[in-house]
Amino acid sequence: MEEVSPVKIMLKHLFNFIIFPGFLFTAVVGLAASWIDRKVTARVQWRVGPPWYQPFIDLVKLSIKEITVPKGASKPVFFMAPFIGLSAVILSSTFLWLANLELGASGFTGDLIVILYLLTIPSIMLILGASASGNPLAAVGASREIKLLLAYELPFVFALVVPIIKSNGLLKLQDLIAFQAANGAFASNISGFLAMIVAIFCMQAKLGLVPFDMAEAETEIMAGVYIEYSGILLAILKLTKIMAMVALPLFLSTVFWGGFSIWKYVVLLVIIILMRNTNPRVRIDQALRFFWKKMTFVAIIAVLLAMIGM
Amino acid sequence: MSLKLKALTKSIWVYHLCAGGSCNNCDIEILDLLTPRYDVERFGIMLVGSIKHADAILVTGSLTRKAVECVKRVYEQAAKPCVVIAIGACACGQGMFANGPNTPDPVDSVLPVDIYIPGCPPKPEAMILGIVKLIGKLRGKK
Ligand code: SF4
Repeated sequence: MEEVSPVKIMLKHLFNFIIFPGFLFTAVVGLAASWIDRKVTARVQWRVGPPWYQPFIDLVKLSIKEITVPKGASKPVFFMAPFIGLSAVILSSTFLWLANLELGASGFTGDLIVILYLLTIPSIMLILGASASGNPLAAVGASREIKLLLAYELPFVFALVVPIIKSNGLLKLQDLIAFQAANGAFASNISGFLAMIVAIFCMQAKLGLVPFDMAEAETEIMAGVYIEYSGILLAILKLTKIMAMVALPLFLSTVFWGGFSIWKYVVLLVIIILMRNTNPRVRIDQALRFFWKKMTFVAIIAVLLAMIGM
Repeated sequence: MSLKLKALTKSIWVYHLCAGGSCNNCDIEILDLLTPRYDVERFGIMLVGSIKHADAILVTGSLTRKAVECVKRVYEQAAKPCVVIAIGACACGQGMFANGPNTPDPVDSVLPVDIYIPGCPPKPEAMILGIVKLIGKLRGKK
Protein backbone atom coordinates (compact mmCIF):
# COMPACT_ATOMS: atom_id res chain seq x y z
CA MET A 1 0.00 0.00 0.00
CA GLU A 2 1.25 3.45 -0.87
CA GLU A 3 1.99 5.84 1.86
CA VAL A 4 -0.57 8.63 2.12
CA SER A 5 1.09 11.99 2.36
CA PRO A 6 0.26 14.15 5.37
CA VAL A 7 -0.83 16.96 3.08
CA LYS A 8 -3.46 14.70 1.58
CA ILE A 9 -4.73 13.69 5.00
CA MET A 10 -4.92 17.29 6.00
CA LEU A 11 -6.82 18.20 2.85
CA LYS A 12 -9.22 15.37 3.50
CA HIS A 13 -9.83 16.57 7.04
CA LEU A 14 -10.35 20.11 5.84
CA PHE A 15 -12.77 18.87 3.19
CA ASN A 16 -14.62 16.89 5.85
CA PHE A 17 -14.76 19.85 8.14
CA ILE A 18 -15.76 22.55 5.67
CA ILE A 19 -17.75 20.88 2.91
CA PHE A 20 -18.93 17.33 3.50
CA PRO A 21 -20.19 16.36 6.00
CA GLY A 22 -19.19 19.31 8.14
CA PHE A 23 -20.11 22.91 7.66
CA LEU A 24 -21.80 23.20 4.27
CA PHE A 25 -23.69 19.93 4.29
CA THR A 26 -24.97 20.33 7.84
CA ALA A 27 -25.92 23.93 7.14
CA VAL A 28 -27.94 22.91 4.08
CA VAL A 29 -29.73 20.14 5.98
CA GLY A 30 -30.30 22.51 8.87
CA LEU A 31 -31.74 25.23 6.63
CA ALA A 32 -34.14 22.70 5.16
CA ALA A 33 -35.11 21.54 8.65
CA SER A 34 -35.60 25.09 9.81
CA TRP A 35 -37.84 25.82 6.83
CA ILE A 36 -39.89 22.69 7.60
CA ASP A 37 -40.17 23.90 11.17
CA ARG A 38 -41.43 27.33 10.14
CA LYS A 39 -43.75 25.96 7.49
CA VAL A 40 -45.32 23.38 9.80
CA THR A 41 -45.69 25.98 12.52
CA ALA A 42 -47.48 28.21 10.04
CA ARG A 43 -49.76 25.40 8.92
CA VAL A 44 -50.59 24.54 12.53
CA GLN A 45 -51.62 28.16 13.00
CA TRP A 46 -53.67 28.01 9.78
CA ARG A 47 -51.26 30.28 7.92
CA VAL A 48 -49.46 29.77 4.63
CA GLY A 49 -45.91 30.15 5.84
CA PRO A 50 -42.68 31.34 4.25
CA PRO A 51 -41.26 30.07 0.93
CA TRP A 52 -38.55 27.40 0.97
CA TYR A 53 -35.62 29.78 0.60
CA GLN A 54 -36.66 31.95 3.55
CA PRO A 55 -34.11 30.75 6.19
CA PHE A 56 -31.32 31.09 3.63
CA ILE A 57 -32.33 34.55 2.52
CA ASP A 58 -32.65 35.65 6.15
CA LEU A 59 -29.02 34.66 6.71
CA VAL A 60 -27.88 36.42 3.52
CA LYS A 61 -29.69 39.55 4.56
CA LEU A 62 -28.24 39.48 8.05
CA SER A 63 -24.74 39.05 6.73
CA ILE A 64 -24.89 42.20 4.60
CA LYS A 65 -26.22 44.36 7.39
CA GLU A 66 -24.23 46.63 9.60
CA ILE A 67 -22.72 45.28 12.82
CA THR A 68 -23.56 47.46 15.78
CA VAL A 69 -21.51 47.17 18.94
CA PRO A 70 -22.97 48.53 22.16
CA LYS A 71 -20.95 51.17 23.95
CA GLY A 72 -20.03 49.36 27.14
CA ALA A 73 -19.40 45.99 25.50
CA SER A 74 -16.29 43.94 25.94
CA LYS A 75 -15.44 43.73 22.25
CA PRO A 76 -13.17 40.66 22.00
CA VAL A 77 -15.61 38.38 23.79
CA PHE A 78 -18.60 39.90 22.00
CA PHE A 79 -17.02 39.17 18.62
CA MET A 80 -15.40 35.83 19.43
CA ALA A 81 -18.37 34.12 21.07
CA PRO A 82 -20.48 33.42 17.94
CA PHE A 83 -17.48 32.06 16.03
CA ILE A 84 -16.41 29.68 18.77
CA GLY A 85 -19.97 28.44 19.18
CA LEU A 86 -20.28 27.84 15.46
CA SER A 87 -16.99 25.96 15.20
CA ALA A 88 -17.97 23.74 18.13
CA VAL A 89 -21.22 22.77 16.48
CA ILE A 90 -19.48 22.18 13.13
CA LEU A 91 -16.91 19.97 14.81
CA SER A 92 -19.51 17.90 16.63
CA SER A 93 -21.65 17.46 13.53
CA THR A 94 -18.59 16.43 11.51
CA PHE A 95 -17.76 13.75 14.07
CA LEU A 96 -21.33 12.52 14.16
CA TRP A 97 -21.76 12.35 10.39
CA LEU A 98 -18.42 10.62 9.93
CA ALA A 99 -19.27 8.04 12.57
CA ASN A 100 -22.63 7.39 10.92
CA LEU A 101 -21.61 7.36 7.29
CA GLU A 102 -18.54 5.23 8.02
CA LEU A 103 -16.21 7.27 5.89
CA GLY A 104 -13.10 5.45 7.00
CA ALA A 105 -12.25 4.57 10.56
CA SER A 106 -12.95 7.94 12.08
CA GLY A 107 -13.34 8.72 15.74
CA PHE A 108 -11.41 7.65 18.78
CA THR A 109 -12.20 6.11 22.14
CA GLY A 110 -14.10 8.64 24.18
CA ASP A 111 -15.49 10.76 21.37
CA LEU A 112 -18.91 10.37 22.98
CA ILE A 113 -17.68 12.48 25.89
CA VAL A 114 -15.97 14.97 23.61
CA ILE A 115 -19.22 15.49 21.73
CA LEU A 116 -21.10 15.94 24.98
CA TYR A 117 -18.74 18.79 25.78
CA LEU A 118 -18.77 20.23 22.28
CA LEU A 119 -22.55 20.41 22.29
CA THR A 120 -22.42 22.49 25.48
CA ILE A 121 -20.04 25.07 24.05
CA PRO A 122 -22.63 26.98 21.93
CA SER A 123 -24.74 27.64 25.04
CA ILE A 124 -21.72 28.74 27.04
CA MET A 125 -20.60 31.03 24.24
CA LEU A 126 -24.08 32.49 24.05
CA ILE A 127 -23.94 33.22 27.76
CA LEU A 128 -20.50 34.83 27.41
CA GLY A 129 -21.48 36.89 24.39
CA ALA A 130 -24.70 38.08 25.99
CA SER A 131 -22.94 39.03 29.21
CA ALA A 132 -20.22 40.83 27.25
CA SER A 133 -22.78 43.03 25.53
CA GLY A 134 -23.61 44.84 28.76
CA ASN A 135 -27.32 44.98 28.08
CA PRO A 136 -29.52 44.35 31.13
CA LEU A 137 -32.03 42.29 29.18
CA ALA A 138 -29.20 40.22 27.73
CA ALA A 139 -28.00 39.70 31.29
CA VAL A 140 -31.44 38.39 32.25
CA GLY A 141 -31.35 36.10 29.25
CA ALA A 142 -27.84 34.92 30.10
CA SER A 143 -28.79 34.15 33.67
CA ARG A 144 -31.77 32.12 32.45
CA GLU A 145 -29.55 30.30 29.99
CA ILE A 146 -27.10 29.42 32.79
CA LYS A 147 -29.91 28.04 34.94
CA LEU A 148 -31.30 26.11 32.03
CA LEU A 149 -27.85 24.69 31.26
CA LEU A 150 -27.47 23.54 34.85
CA ALA A 151 -30.97 22.11 34.74
CA TYR A 152 -30.72 19.94 31.65
CA GLU A 153 -27.10 18.80 31.79
CA LEU A 154 -27.71 16.59 34.82
CA PRO A 155 -30.47 14.39 33.36
CA PHE A 156 -28.75 14.46 29.96
CA VAL A 157 -25.56 12.97 31.37
CA PHE A 158 -27.54 10.37 33.31
CA ALA A 159 -29.41 9.45 30.15
CA LEU A 160 -26.13 9.02 28.28
CA VAL A 161 -24.84 6.68 30.97
CA VAL A 162 -27.51 4.15 30.00
CA PRO A 163 -26.10 3.19 26.58
CA ILE A 164 -22.61 3.06 28.09
CA ILE A 165 -23.76 0.59 30.74
CA LYS A 166 -25.72 -1.47 28.27
CA SER A 167 -22.79 -1.76 25.90
CA ASN A 168 -20.40 -2.69 28.74
CA GLY A 169 -18.47 0.54 28.63
CA LEU A 170 -18.14 1.46 24.97
CA LEU A 171 -17.28 5.12 24.56
CA LYS A 172 -16.79 5.33 20.82
CA LEU A 173 -19.63 6.32 18.53
CA GLN A 174 -18.81 3.81 15.82
CA ASP A 175 -18.53 1.01 18.38
CA LEU A 176 -21.91 2.00 19.78
CA ILE A 177 -23.46 1.87 16.33
CA ALA A 178 -21.86 -1.50 15.63
CA PHE A 179 -23.03 -2.82 19.01
CA GLN A 180 -26.59 -1.71 18.31
CA ALA A 181 -26.47 -3.22 14.84
CA ALA A 182 -25.59 -6.55 16.47
CA ASN A 183 -27.87 -6.43 19.53
CA GLY A 184 -30.73 -4.15 18.56
CA ALA A 185 -31.16 -0.46 19.33
CA PHE A 186 -30.95 0.62 22.97
CA ALA A 187 -34.27 2.40 22.62
CA SER A 188 -36.00 -0.95 22.16
CA ASN A 189 -35.29 -1.82 25.81
CA ILE A 190 -37.26 -0.21 28.57
CA SER A 191 -34.21 1.50 30.11
CA GLY A 192 -32.95 2.84 26.79
CA PHE A 193 -36.44 4.02 25.92
CA LEU A 194 -36.78 5.97 29.18
CA ALA A 195 -33.31 7.46 28.69
CA MET A 196 -34.21 8.50 25.17
CA ILE A 197 -37.35 10.29 26.34
CA VAL A 198 -35.28 12.19 28.87
CA ALA A 199 -32.73 13.01 26.17
CA ILE A 200 -35.47 14.30 23.85
CA PHE A 201 -36.63 16.78 26.48
CA CYS A 202 -33.02 17.82 27.08
CA MET A 203 -32.59 18.24 23.33
CA GLN A 204 -35.54 20.62 23.22
CA ALA A 205 -33.97 22.68 26.00
CA LYS A 206 -30.55 22.60 24.35
CA LEU A 207 -32.08 23.91 21.14
CA GLY A 208 -33.76 26.67 23.11
CA LEU A 209 -37.17 26.05 21.59
CA VAL A 210 -40.58 26.45 23.18
CA PRO A 211 -41.37 25.43 25.97
CA PHE A 212 -37.77 26.05 27.04
CA ASP A 213 -37.05 29.27 25.18
CA MET A 214 -37.04 31.54 28.21
CA ALA A 215 -33.49 32.67 27.46
CA GLU A 216 -34.60 34.45 24.32
CA ALA A 217 -38.29 35.01 25.15
CA GLU A 218 -39.16 37.42 22.32
CA THR A 219 -42.26 38.71 24.04
CA GLU A 220 -40.86 39.46 27.47
CA ILE A 221 -37.13 40.19 27.26
CA MET A 222 -36.90 40.99 23.55
CA ALA A 223 -34.78 38.13 22.27
CA GLY A 224 -32.75 38.17 25.51
CA VAL A 225 -29.34 36.73 24.78
CA TYR A 226 -29.50 37.81 21.14
CA ILE A 227 -30.65 41.35 21.83
CA GLU A 228 -27.41 43.22 21.09
CA TYR A 229 -26.26 41.08 18.18
CA SER A 230 -26.77 42.32 14.66
CA GLY A 231 -25.46 41.74 11.16
CA ILE A 232 -23.23 38.79 10.48
CA LEU A 233 -22.76 37.98 14.16
CA LEU A 234 -26.49 37.40 14.49
CA ALA A 235 -26.40 35.36 11.28
CA ILE A 236 -23.74 33.14 12.82
CA LEU A 237 -25.73 32.70 16.01
CA LYS A 238 -28.81 31.75 14.00
CA LEU A 239 -26.74 29.37 11.89
CA THR A 240 -25.38 27.76 15.05
CA LYS A 241 -28.89 27.15 16.23
CA ILE A 242 -29.96 25.82 12.84
CA MET A 243 -27.01 23.43 12.73
CA ALA A 244 -27.65 22.27 16.27
CA MET A 245 -31.06 21.24 14.98
CA VAL A 246 -29.20 18.70 12.86
CA ALA A 247 -26.43 17.75 15.26
CA LEU A 248 -28.61 16.96 18.28
CA PRO A 249 -31.16 14.65 16.62
CA LEU A 250 -28.19 13.00 14.91
CA PHE A 251 -26.49 12.49 18.26
CA LEU A 252 -29.62 11.03 19.81
CA SER A 253 -30.26 8.64 16.96
CA THR A 254 -26.61 7.57 17.04
CA VAL A 255 -26.49 6.89 20.74
CA PHE A 256 -29.95 5.47 21.41
CA TRP A 257 -31.45 4.47 18.11
CA GLY A 258 -28.83 2.53 16.20
CA GLY A 259 -27.46 5.19 13.90
CA PHE A 260 -28.72 7.78 11.49
CA SER A 261 -31.36 7.28 8.88
CA ILE A 262 -33.55 9.85 7.21
CA TRP A 263 -36.82 8.66 8.70
CA LYS A 264 -35.39 8.68 12.23
CA TYR A 265 -34.27 12.25 11.71
CA VAL A 266 -37.72 13.19 10.43
CA VAL A 267 -39.41 11.53 13.42
CA LEU A 268 -37.20 13.44 15.86
CA LEU A 269 -37.79 16.68 13.93
CA VAL A 270 -41.54 16.12 14.05
CA ILE A 271 -41.34 15.56 17.82
CA ILE A 272 -39.40 18.81 18.20
CA ILE A 273 -41.87 20.76 16.07
CA LEU A 274 -44.96 19.30 17.75
CA MET A 275 -43.59 20.00 21.21
CA ARG A 276 -42.79 23.53 20.13
CA ASN A 277 -46.24 24.19 18.75
CA THR A 278 -48.38 22.68 21.46
CA ASN A 279 -46.81 24.19 24.55
CA PRO A 280 -46.56 27.60 26.15
CA ARG A 281 -43.25 28.85 27.50
CA VAL A 282 -42.58 27.67 31.04
CA ARG A 283 -40.96 29.81 33.69
CA ILE A 284 -37.31 29.17 34.52
CA ASP A 285 -38.10 27.81 37.99
CA GLN A 286 -40.65 25.44 36.48
CA ALA A 287 -38.07 24.25 33.98
CA LEU A 288 -35.50 23.72 36.72
CA ARG A 289 -37.98 21.74 38.78
CA PHE A 290 -39.03 19.74 35.75
CA PHE A 291 -35.47 18.73 34.87
CA TRP A 292 -34.04 18.21 38.33
CA LYS A 293 -37.01 16.41 39.83
CA LYS A 294 -38.96 14.61 37.14
CA MET A 295 -36.38 14.09 34.43
CA THR A 296 -33.47 13.24 36.71
CA PHE A 297 -35.70 10.79 38.56
CA VAL A 298 -36.68 9.09 35.32
CA ALA A 299 -33.06 9.06 34.17
CA ILE A 300 -31.87 7.47 37.42
CA ILE A 301 -34.56 4.79 37.11
CA ALA A 302 -33.33 4.17 33.58
CA VAL A 303 -29.75 3.78 34.84
CA LEU A 304 -30.86 1.36 37.56
CA LEU A 305 -32.88 -0.66 35.08
CA ALA A 306 -29.89 -0.75 32.76
CA MET A 307 -27.73 -2.03 35.61
CA ILE A 308 -30.01 -4.97 36.23
CA GLY A 309 -30.01 -5.62 32.53
CA MET A 310 -33.44 -4.51 31.39
CA MET B 1 -31.93 41.68 -9.48
CA SER B 2 -28.90 41.08 -7.34
CA LEU B 3 -29.03 38.60 -4.49
CA LYS B 4 -28.23 41.41 -2.10
CA LEU B 5 -31.25 43.48 -3.02
CA LYS B 6 -33.45 40.42 -3.13
CA ALA B 7 -32.30 39.40 0.33
CA LEU B 8 -32.96 42.86 1.69
CA THR B 9 -36.47 43.06 0.29
CA LYS B 10 -37.52 39.44 0.79
CA SER B 11 -36.72 39.25 4.47
CA ILE B 12 -37.94 42.39 6.19
CA TRP B 13 -37.86 42.18 9.95
CA VAL B 14 -39.89 44.95 11.47
CA TYR B 15 -39.55 46.65 14.80
CA HIS B 16 -42.61 48.30 16.15
CA LEU B 17 -41.98 51.67 17.73
CA CYS B 18 -44.80 53.52 19.43
CA ALA B 19 -43.81 57.16 19.53
CA GLY B 20 -45.64 57.98 22.71
CA GLY B 21 -48.99 59.53 21.86
CA SER B 22 -50.73 56.65 20.18
CA CYS B 23 -54.25 55.54 20.98
CA ASN B 24 -53.01 51.95 20.55
CA ASN B 25 -55.33 51.23 17.71
CA CYS B 26 -52.66 51.38 15.01
CA ASP B 27 -50.52 49.04 17.11
CA ILE B 28 -53.29 46.47 17.28
CA GLU B 29 -53.93 46.86 13.58
CA ILE B 30 -50.24 46.05 12.92
CA LEU B 31 -50.58 42.82 14.84
CA ASP B 32 -53.47 41.94 12.53
CA LEU B 33 -50.91 41.56 9.76
CA LEU B 34 -49.52 38.49 11.48
CA THR B 35 -52.84 36.72 11.81
CA PRO B 36 -53.82 33.87 9.48
CA ARG B 37 -55.95 36.14 7.33
CA TYR B 38 -53.05 38.33 6.20
CA ASP B 39 -50.00 36.26 7.24
CA VAL B 40 -47.13 38.50 6.19
CA GLU B 41 -44.61 35.80 7.08
CA ARG B 42 -45.36 34.56 3.56
CA PHE B 43 -43.22 37.46 2.36
CA GLY B 44 -40.56 36.96 5.00
CA ILE B 45 -41.84 39.78 7.18
CA MET B 46 -41.42 39.10 10.88
CA LEU B 47 -41.91 41.13 14.01
CA VAL B 48 -38.71 41.27 16.08
CA GLY B 49 -38.21 42.44 19.63
CA SER B 50 -34.82 44.06 19.36
CA ILE B 51 -34.03 47.16 17.29
CA LYS B 52 -30.63 45.66 16.43
CA HIS B 53 -32.35 42.98 14.36
CA ALA B 54 -34.70 45.31 12.54
CA ASP B 55 -34.78 46.19 8.84
CA ALA B 56 -37.79 48.44 9.14
CA ILE B 57 -39.13 50.58 11.95
CA LEU B 58 -42.89 51.01 12.09
CA VAL B 59 -43.66 54.26 13.85
CA THR B 60 -47.15 54.76 15.22
CA GLY B 61 -48.67 57.56 17.19
CA SER B 62 -47.79 61.23 17.43
CA LEU B 63 -44.40 62.03 18.82
CA THR B 64 -44.53 63.38 22.33
CA ARG B 65 -42.03 65.82 23.76
CA LYS B 66 -40.50 63.20 26.04
CA ALA B 67 -40.25 60.57 23.34
CA VAL B 68 -38.19 62.65 20.90
CA GLU B 69 -34.84 61.73 22.42
CA CYS B 70 -35.79 58.06 22.77
CA VAL B 71 -36.97 57.81 19.18
CA LYS B 72 -33.73 59.40 17.95
CA ARG B 73 -31.67 56.97 19.98
CA VAL B 74 -33.66 53.98 18.79
CA TYR B 75 -33.05 55.00 15.19
CA GLU B 76 -29.33 55.50 15.82
CA GLN B 77 -29.04 52.01 17.26
CA ALA B 78 -30.66 50.31 14.30
CA ALA B 79 -28.36 48.32 12.03
CA LYS B 80 -28.35 50.04 8.64
CA PRO B 81 -29.79 49.72 6.02
CA CYS B 82 -33.04 50.35 7.83
CA VAL B 83 -36.21 51.98 6.53
CA VAL B 84 -38.75 53.95 8.53
CA ILE B 85 -42.47 53.51 7.92
CA ALA B 86 -44.94 55.95 9.45
CA ILE B 87 -48.27 54.28 10.13
CA GLY B 88 -51.48 56.11 10.86
CA ALA B 89 -52.61 59.71 10.69
CA CYS B 90 -50.82 60.49 13.94
CA ALA B 91 -47.41 59.47 12.67
CA CYS B 92 -47.87 60.82 9.14
CA GLY B 93 -49.00 64.29 10.06
CA GLN B 94 -49.91 64.80 13.62
CA GLY B 95 -53.47 63.69 13.29
CA MET B 96 -55.85 64.94 15.89
CA PHE B 97 -52.95 65.99 18.12
CA ALA B 98 -51.66 68.62 15.67
CA ASN B 99 -52.19 71.45 18.12
CA GLY B 100 -51.47 69.50 21.26
CA PRO B 101 -49.05 71.10 23.72
CA ASN B 102 -47.25 67.82 24.34
CA THR B 103 -46.79 66.82 20.73
CA PRO B 104 -44.84 69.68 19.14
CA ASP B 105 -42.83 67.74 16.52
CA PRO B 106 -44.11 65.63 13.66
CA VAL B 107 -42.37 62.23 13.36
CA ASP B 108 -40.69 63.11 10.07
CA SER B 109 -38.91 66.07 11.63
CA VAL B 110 -36.91 63.58 13.70
CA LEU B 111 -36.71 60.42 11.59
CA PRO B 112 -36.11 60.07 7.84
CA VAL B 113 -39.49 58.53 7.00
CA ASP B 114 -39.44 56.46 3.79
CA ILE B 115 -43.12 55.84 3.38
CA TYR B 116 -46.32 57.17 4.88
CA ILE B 117 -49.37 54.97 5.36
CA PRO B 118 -52.31 57.19 6.30
CA GLY B 119 -55.55 56.13 7.92
CA CYS B 120 -56.94 56.22 11.41
CA PRO B 121 -56.04 53.41 11.75
CA PRO B 122 -55.01 52.21 8.27
CA LYS B 123 -56.51 48.89 7.27
CA PRO B 124 -54.13 45.93 7.13
CA GLU B 125 -54.63 45.88 3.35
CA ALA B 126 -53.44 49.47 3.19
CA MET B 127 -50.34 48.56 5.19
CA ILE B 128 -49.55 45.67 2.88
CA LEU B 129 -50.02 47.95 -0.12
CA GLY B 130 -47.67 50.44 1.49
CA ILE B 131 -45.01 47.79 2.04
CA VAL B 132 -45.40 46.60 -1.54
CA LYS B 133 -44.88 50.15 -2.79
CA LEU B 134 -41.87 50.54 -0.53
CA ILE B 135 -40.33 47.35 -1.89
CA GLY B 136 -40.98 48.59 -5.42
CA LYS B 137 -39.27 51.85 -4.56
CA LEU B 138 -36.25 50.08 -3.05
CA ARG B 139 -35.90 47.78 -6.03
CA GLY B 140 -36.41 50.53 -8.55
CA LYS B 141 -33.74 52.67 -6.96
CA LYS B 142 -30.82 50.39 -7.68
S1 SF4 C 1 -53.76 57.30 13.68
FE1 SF4 C 1 -55.73 57.05 14.69
S2 SF4 C 1 -55.77 54.91 15.29
FE2 SF4 C 1 -53.65 55.42 14.84
S3 SF4 C 1 -52.76 55.99 16.80
FE3 SF4 C 1 -53.48 57.88 15.81
S4 SF4 C 1 -55.54 58.19 16.63
FE4 SF4 C 1 -54.97 56.04 17.04
